[in-house]
Amino acid sequence: MAGHGSQGLPGPSTPTESPLARVVLLAISLGFLLLFLGLPLVAVFQEAFRQGWHVYVESFVNPAALAAIKLTLLTTAIVVPINVVFGVAAAWLLARFSFRGKNALLTLIDLPFSVSPVVAGLMLVLLFGSQSIFGSLLRDAGVQILFAVPGIVLATLFVTFPFVARELIPLMQQQGTEEEEAAILLGASGWQMFWRVTLPNIRWGLLYGVVLSVARAMGEFGAVSVVSGHIRGATNTIPLHVEILYNEYSFASAFAVASLLVFVALISLSVKTWLEWKIARDQNERVTLAEAESVGHAQDSRVQAGGSH
Amino acid sequence: MSLRPRRLLPGFGLTLGYTLFCLSVVVILPMAVLLWKAGVYPTDQLWAAVSNARALASYRLTLGCAFAAAVLNTIFGTLVAWCLVRYPFPGRRFIDALVDLPFALPTAISGIALTAVYAPTGWVGQYLEMVGIRAAFTPIGITIALMFVGLPFVVRSVQPAVADLDPAVEEAAAILGASRWQTLSRVLAPQLVPAALTGFTMAFARGLGEYGSVIFIAGNMPMKTEITSLLIITRLEQFDYAGATAIGCVMLLGSFVLIFGVNGLQAWWLKRQGAA
Repeated sequence: MAGHGSQGLPGPSTPTESPLARVVLLAISLGFLLLFLGLPLVAVFQEAFRQGWHVYVESFVNPAALAAIKLTLLTTAIVVPINVVFGVAAAWLLARFSFRGKNALLTLIDLPFSVSPVVAGLMLVLLFGSQSIFGSLLRDAGVQILFAVPGIVLATLFVTFPFVARELIPLMQQQGTEEEEAAILLGASGWQMFWRVTLPNIRWGLLYGVVLSVARAMGEFGAVSVVSGHIRGATNTIPLHVEILYNEYSFASAFAVASLLVFVALISLSVKTWLEWKIARDQNERVTLAEAESVGHAQDSRVQAGGSH
Repeated sequence: MSLRPRRLLPGFGLTLGYTLFCLSVVVILPMAVLLWKAGVYPTDQLWAAVSNARALASYRLTLGCAFAAAVLNTIFGTLVAWCLVRYPFPGRRFIDALVDLPFALPTAISGIALTAVYAPTGWVGQYLEMVGIRAAFTPIGITIALMFVGLPFVVRSVQPAVADLDPAVEEAAAILGASRWQTLSRVLAPQLVPAALTGFTMAFARGLGEYGSVIFIAGNMPMKTEITSLLIITRLEQFDYAGATAIGCVMLLGSFVLIFGVNGLQAWWLKRQGAA
């Protein structure tokens, strides 16, 4: 998206709306964004500080909040690396090879985006719950999945699974296979090619996918809510902790803890914007290089053609 | 001669095997269990669970609010995309980044933040109350929450389409004597329809399954403001696994229909572009 740049911007001679129409349209869309995005964002901080700094700080420094923060960080630390390995493997497969059933596989990767998080949680409950054969086998073996950390990890994994792959597939398709083919033809092994050519080329896109997946993993609510059991201090993630505080009418504390996730969201938006700019710049450099090369080739061939006369 | 083309790049078997394995464990297995469970329970029990008055009311509410939110998002989102691409204004990059906020913000946080703004005592809610509109704890509140989560889908679909519009076509229309309004409605708008439609479908699909941002602002009254995802949770809390499974299957089938809808739309668009 960022790659589009300003190529579609009309030049000064292009007809455009009258200045009045422009101002009105701009005012409507900015007003809309203010009502739906700006005010809710500011409201979180206003509510969080309603009872002063004291309550704000106290909302974090208690065992339940700290346990929720710890569990969220632990879940994210488990889920994101799994997403990265899967995302890179899937992107390599889908961007580098053509095979039968490729489109079906793409649809399957996208599926978690379209399934309601609550339905995702329900699936895990049916799979691991005590009413299922599998669930009772696991329980007899002393393995607790639901209402415990593994269930929360699995639910988060389902919901965030496509993020890295989704970012990498279009990027790798755009970059083409020339450099990697050259590496193989020059005698590099598969892993050498991966570490020296592929990974450096996709690093910013990969980071972009990681940022999206971290933000979503830390904030997932619906799916985790179904499988967690809401045991305070044990299976509450930050969003679930916020929900409990809110339902107990401890609004200031709920918004204070929520503001933590707002910071995470704002940081990830900034990193994302910066990465989009970087990816677009890298892409432009590639295009410029390729153009310079092809111009060079064209001149060479013209010289050769001239010489043969 | 072999029918399989020789592959120069390594790793096909490895990545195919690994990708399929991961997808089977994380995505296919849980989904298969849901569909299989639906086969285990007696049909009339399942039918009763999906067709009782409370479930029907939740479908109507969810479909209606998601549709209204997607329509409003398509209108305002297209306008926002237009302004972001065409009008240089101070802070444009900041606003552009802010559009992704609903993607980055956890849904539960969006839910309590929107409730704070649109509750009868909130910044916007108090004025709505003055003109006799109650937003929070009514279907209007649910629609507001779904507009929040769906907006980036429309803006991000339409933005590249606006950027790809060819200025030469607009110039031609103007030279041939079209007024600006005629150019907008007859020349430019039709070119944006496929992108807007894709954004609409994605926002609608997201709205159908949304949970976190809705439950705080909805009020959650059975028959009135109870969305379908919440009904699944209610059934689970009552240990009514058959009921939860049945409604879960309805939602899953709904997602499948929409995925095919989006894929069909994109195929249609590509074909159209190829033909143009």
